[in-house]
Amino acid sequence: MKAFAHLLERLAFTAARNAKLRLLRHYLEATPDPDRGYALAALTGDLKLRAVTPGLLRGLMAGRVDEQLFAMSYDFVGDLAETIALLWDTDQDQDVPLRDAVDLLSGTGRAGLPAAITAMLDRLGPSQRLAFLKLATGNMRVGLSARMARIALAEMGTPEVKDIEEIWHGLTPPYHPLFDWIAGGTRPEHAALAPFRPVMLSTPVDLDQLRAFDPADYIAEWKWDGIRVQAINDGGTRRLYSRTGEDVGAAFPDLLEALNFDGAVDGELLVRRGADVAPFGDLQKRLGRKVVGRAMLDSHPAGLRVYDAMIWQGRDLRDLPHQERRSILETADFGSDRIDLSPLLPFQTWDDLAALRADPPSIVIEGVMIKRRDSAYVGGRPRGPWFKWKRDPMVVDAVMLYAQRGHGKRSGFYSDFTFGLWDGDVLVPVGKAYFGFTDEELRELDRFVRNNTTERFGPVRSVAPKLVLEVAFEGLNASPRHKSGVAMRFPRISRIRWDKPAAEADRLETLKDMIP
Amino acid sequence: MRPDQILHPTEAGLYCPPGDFYIDPVRPVPRAMITHGHGDHARSGHGAVMATQQTLDIMAIRYGEDFTGTRQAAEGVARIGDVQVSFHPAGHILGSAQIAVMPDRGPKIVVSGDYCRAPNPVCAPYEPVPCDIFVTEATFGLPVFRHPDPLTEMTKLIASMAEFPERQHLIGAYALGKAQRVIALARQAGIDGPIAIHGALQRLCDFHVEQGIDLGPLVPATARQVDAQLVIAPPSAFASAWVQRFRDPVIGFASGWMTVRARARQRGVELPLVISDHVDWPQVTQTITELAPQEVWITHGTEDGLMRWCEMQGIASRPLRLIGYEDEPE
Repeated sequence: MKAFAHLLERLAFTAARNAKLRLLRHYLEATPDPDRGYALAALTGDLKLRAVTPGLLRGLMAGRVDEQLFAMSYDFVGDLAETIALLWDTDQDQDVPLRDAVDLLSGTGRAGLPAAITAMLDRLGPSQRLAFLKLATGNMRVGLSARMARIALAEMGTPEVKDIEEIWHGLTPPYHPLFDWIAGGTRPEHAALAPFRPVMLSTPVDLDQLRAFDPADYIAEWKWDGIRVQAINDGGTRRLYSRTGEDVGAAFPDLLEALNFDGAVDGELLVRRGADVAPFGDLQKRLGRKVVGRAMLDSHPAGLRVYDAMIWQGRDLRDLPHQERRSILETADFGSDRIDLSPLLPFQTWDDLAALRADPPSIVIEGVMIKRRDSAYVGGRPRGPWFKWKRDPMVVDAVMLYAQRGHGKRSGFYSDFTFGLWDGDVLVPVGKAYFGFTDEELRELDRFVRNNTTERFGPVRSVAPKLVLEVAFEGLNASPRHKSGVAMRFPRISRIRWDKPAAEADRLETLKDMIP
Repeated sequence: MRPDQILHPTEAGLYCPPGDFYIDPVRPVPRAMITHGHGDHARSGHGAVMATQQTLDIMAIRYGEDFTGTRQAAEGVARIGDVQVSFHPAGHILGSAQIAVMPDRGPKIVVSGDYCRAPNPVCAPYEPVPCDIFVTEATFGLPVFRHPDPLTEMTKLIASMAEFPERQHLIGAYALGKAQRVIALARQAGIDGPIAIHGALQRLCDFHVEQGIDLGPLVPATARQVDAQLVIAPPSAFASAWVQRFRDPVIGFASGWMTVRARARQRGVELPLVISDHVDWPQVTQTITELAPQEVWITHGTEDGLMRWCEMQGIASRPLRLIGYEDEPE
């Protein structure tokens, strides 16, 4: 577990994605089975262990450390598991296999748990103690998604990410067959029903690029602003996967229940009230929940707008042309009024489509999708068969208020900017952006921050409110958690307005009026 | 004489009336005794300064030869007014000393300054000095602080340099003491090649070498292109434009505070190294147990934790609440 503890520590302090991937890959390459498999499962949240409560942990400290000293220590450290890991008094520093820790946490009864945890902590050095307690509390928080774990696995051998995604959900820790396959062995069979299938992705396009193609070869449909899902009913086994293969079904039991068909379809998950589709902000309320309450299910019902099918009634449709898959869907019965088919848009020329895109009938439409009629369903992002032509972003002119230093390639540069809008005669922070500018512009922004600093708070500087940034963003939600009452989606700096006086920046009301 | 007639806190620092001097005063005074060369303990502009020869040399390097009116190198026992004083190694940085204050009649007081009991290749080890009143720091005065063997921390650095061979590793370390210790530890851990140092470290590193401490090959990290994978710089340099010459560096920081993750995160550090020049909890409690003073006075730090421990041991303690000393000085 020493290597695992070291990995956790490095991951906790490493922000850059590529550096995280390398740390994980090196660990997986250097660590034997089954420990590496358990580590992988712990990091991706797939290790189901008995969750140890904070109360139990506190109980372990009773009698070991003076209560007042414990309280002062906890106050200083701010994290219970970390406080206990640091306070635990032992000279031992054994390299205990991660497997032993997993066995202990999965196989010990409630009554025996405190004594078993104590005995384990007595054998471990400080960083292993923290790793063990994080494992026990099920709270890794190292910023590593299951998607990233699969990328690291793909870097270790010949199988590609999409190959790994396809079998991922049939696997269980500690993943022996997976590691064998990566090392050159045979591909594991689909061990589970309703496996995830790699999703076909589109590339961005604009009108000039489209003019090179014959509109007759393409169909178009609205691009819905929900989340892309793969919905499956495989002989009664129902699954909802995100486009990166995360199983998101637990958050949408109402939709799972509505999947009364036999197949695997591709579509957009939306909150729907009758015929109306609700804005993305409503859907966001349902995301990431482990349990959804009755009231939420009633007020924010989930639905599915289908636009493609991979499997239908036992038949794999992926090699068929898009128009044939589409015609099968047009006559299909989805078995629920929560599910319908995304309608096609009528157009003869690209200008017709441009006109439709410019004036969509719903605020939950964020552009148009354009698909070749003869395109097979291919996982990944092939260039050409599918295009997304998003609506133009919304923009506001905001004033830079704070700047924070970046990491990695931006070390030493002020590269994360908080910006605000006028509310009366004060500037209220409305968001943060850290991309959209060139390297040359970054140097200019950095110089501006250094020359206009008014206060410093660690890595953050507050700057004189005089530089106007044009901020582009994809959408806007009302948000009681933000002081401004709004939250932007994908804000980035689209232009630096060196020419514009701060007093002429936009007002908060202007932004609020843009909320759908 | 009562203890507080021999030594008591004032706004300028700890004052000794019978000797008419201050210890580590934070503002200019006629006569000062200085424990060590860190900026918050050793300031310029005093009328007279008494300190170890190394500390006097360091003050001259940092503030110029005219940093004080007159200077006197501590050697053996000296009589100052109605008290005798002597200086003893504190194990904190090069030249650091504890100051023993011995009145003709009354308790013997040892002001330890900042001190450390872990082996340190760049300075003389701490020497226990029996006393009636022990004046201690409590920078790391909570039981969560148990500093690991610094060489095991260096293996983290070496592992990271091997894992990311294309990235330069910039380690933040305070310019006096910590920087040289990190360099010496890197040498002990087997890093033989050139180590680049920020311009602010040059004269202090030179001084350590003059004092017979081997730091190995050092190159300046001042050019546009720095040809060393390991670079040592004062932490303040990471906020300056100097750091922009490095492409995608791994930023580390060598400090006792790196024990606590939230503190390391606050610093924006990717590679925290727990290397401290201060006593940790086991060391400070062991020192007090060993010296068995009648009273413990605590100068600065997280004194509540140490006071609680003294209370549990039945040792009288009091906080001096001296102002002007930093957590860990730059």
